[in-house]
Amino acid sequence: MNKTQKAVDPFVREDYQHGFVTRVESDTLPPGLNEEVIRAISAKKQEPEWMLERRLEAYAQWVIMTHPQWAHVQCLPIDYNGISYYSAPKPKADGPSSLDEVDPELLDTYNKLGIPLEEQKALAGVAVDAVFDSVSVATTFREKLAEAGVIFCSMSEAVQHHSDLIQKYLGTVVPHTDNFYASLNAAVFSDGTFVYIPEGVRCPMELSTYFRINEAKTGQFERTLIVAEAGSYVSYLEGCTAPMRDENQLHAAVVELIAMEDAQIKYSTVQNWYPGDEQGRGGIYNFVTKRGECRGDRARISWTQVETGSAITWKYPSCILRGNDSVGEFYSVAVTKGRQQADTGTKMIHLGRNTRSTIVSKGISAGQGQNAYRGLVRMTQRAEQARNHTQCDSLLIGDRCGAHTFPYMEVRNPSAKVEHEATTSKIGEDQLFYCRQRGLSEEDAVSMIVNGFCKDVFNELPMEFAVEAQKLLNVTLEGAVG
Amino acid sequence: MLNIDKLHVSVDDKPILNGLSLAVKPGEVHAIMGPNGSGKSTLAHVLAGREGYRVTDGRVLFEGNDLLTMETEQRAQAGVFLAMQYPVELPGVNNTVFLRTAVNAVRGAHGEDELDAVSFIRYMKQQLALVNMDEKLLKRNVNSGFSGGEKKRNEILQMALLQPKLAILDETDSGLDIDALRVVADGVNALRSPERAVILVTHYQRLLDYIEPDRVHVLAAGKIIRSGDKRLALELEEKGYGWLTGAAA
Repeated sequence: MNKTQKAVDPFVREDYQHGFVTRVESDTLPPGLNEEVIRAISAKKQEPEWMLERRLEAYAQWVIMTHPQWAHVQCLPIDYNGISYYSAPKPKADGPSSLDEVDPELLDTYNKLGIPLEEQKALAGVAVDAVFDSVSVATTFREKLAEAGVIFCSMSEAVQHHSDLIQKYLGTVVPHTDNFYASLNAAVFSDGTFVYIPEGVRCPMELSTYFRINEAKTGQFERTLIVAEAGSYVSYLEGCTAPMRDENQLHAAVVELIAMEDAQIKYSTVQNWYPGDEQGRGGIYNFVTKRGECRGDRARISWTQVETGSAITWKYPSCILRGNDSVGEFYSVAVTKGRQQADTGTKMIHLGRNTRSTIVSKGISAGQGQNAYRGLVRMTQRAEQARNHTQCDSLLIGDRCGAHTFPYMEVRNPSAKVEHEATTSKIGEDQLFYCRQRGLSEEDAVSMIVNGFCKDVFNELPMEFAVEAQKLLNVTLEGAVG
Repeated sequence: MLNIDKLHVSVDDKPILNGLSLAVKPGEVHAIMGPNGSGKSTLAHVLAGREGYRVTDGRVLFEGNDLLTMETEQRAQAGVFLAMQYPVELPGVNNTVFLRTAVNAVRGAHGEDELDAVSFIRYMKQQLALVNMDEKLLKRNVNSGFSGGEKKRNEILQMALLQPKLAILDETDSGLDIDALRVVADGVNALRSPERAVILVTHYQRLLDYIEPDRVHVLAAGKIIRSGDKRLALELEEKGYGWLTGAAA
């Protein structure tokens, strides 16, 4: 431990970075990535030795991997030594033990984002875990959840206090060897959320996490793990934002979901990272690995995502349908405008008998945005009677944007059924004229047409988020036409 | 109400309307007839404010205001309604929501309160009787998978809800069987009033069997070449357009 502490010292003594958007003092590691940095992160988080070992193993893997090139995106080379891998609002004392002790500036930021923790605590009944840069700031409603036996806490806490569960499940769906960014994440992840729903428990409220990248030249590498034991149910939402900055910032998260027999996990994302300016300067590189595994029979995992932000979005929330009769669902709206690029979709891996999956993907491109759907449906040999239905629609606004579809299907069982439907349409001048002739403004007309296009996906979001997503979409597409 | 004065309109530098003049008073029903390519639909679209048409000369006054400088939605809010020849489909947009949004957009422009969902449905049911339309269509998405006749009825329902001052029907009769034609005509007749003017753009006389026009105009090569009362339509039915277009040449 002493040895580690020494290694950390030079880093913690570095001057703190300046020019924050939220003017909280922060504790930021200087840019750069090497074993020492990983030891420093682990030490800051007071992690047990096994966790550090895992991180180092992942790092060793990452250094021999190369940046993947297959996505349909154009991306500036990322200088991994130019990024700081740890940034935390500096605690006033030893860290907040309740919401009252959280820095008021920070709470103010969340209020600006429309996430009043206090209010949500009182009114909405949504338990919120807020991750600010690298650390989890406050988790509300913990007691009420604890009564139900639900664990909802930051990943850092989980590593310390629920070590057995983390050791048992972390990295079992997305191993550290999985891909370049998953390896990087496994090496440097700084916080995230852990959710554990015990057998037979229906989580009494929606759980939710807000992520925010505040510090310049930092990356955010959060790690989320949700384990739903047999017969349990949980609905989880995540929202993301970041301030406007000229440089690109990297967000490389890993999310793992594990659903046991008869368990159900609903995971919804509203992602609105800063997309960069009209010329494509700045913005978040959102390279995320999300995967769920239906380990037990009749388990069900559904991903719903509304992706409006980020300069580049590159993610494929996937389902491994191991249990017989298990169900995987993916509902996605991805919007690109300006110079935004998205390459997103899903993988449905059918291993069990009679497994079913549904994919509904809605891509909207405006301005010079490029939107690609990439999806894999794999019916393995033992996936008797497995079924998939894919609906993949693209909507173009204007004539400088693009929509691309890359569906992959591998069917190794003759009784499996795979259906794929795809459409591409343009918000026609006809449609706009029609709406305007009935008295609607052009903006309202676009919003109506776009919302209509996304309805199948919005229907899957919890009610208050559906409203939020709709508003977000309207704001995003303001001025997209004409 | 509507005064079109020597209107010249081009599409892609090709002149379509060549000095068309027309005056429509409140309460009147005018039929505009003419062969294909004579500029009938262009006239309807230019009045409604569709993009892609260039007005090279002339002017149009609607209730004393310069119609051509108004945005498409402003014209709609001011009371100009166009029932389209090919109503477009809006996938995923619920018909009732669309109709309510449109009605409220027009009400809002006049400083009237928006109708809430309940009052709107009451109002809609009342107007629905006019067009003899199956209520089920209101639950579906705008024109999505509607038959030709259903689309046209939906146009008439919108007209009934929006209560325009000037309704322009662009070949609303095309593609309709006789029953649908009668329903559409009944709807238009029910909406005739001393305050409301109607322009029927049509290729055939048969619509005029059901909606009796006050004036009939024959459009050829972008100009009105003959105007008359309803007997003119019958004459056209008998002799064809060649009789007049030949005379105009």
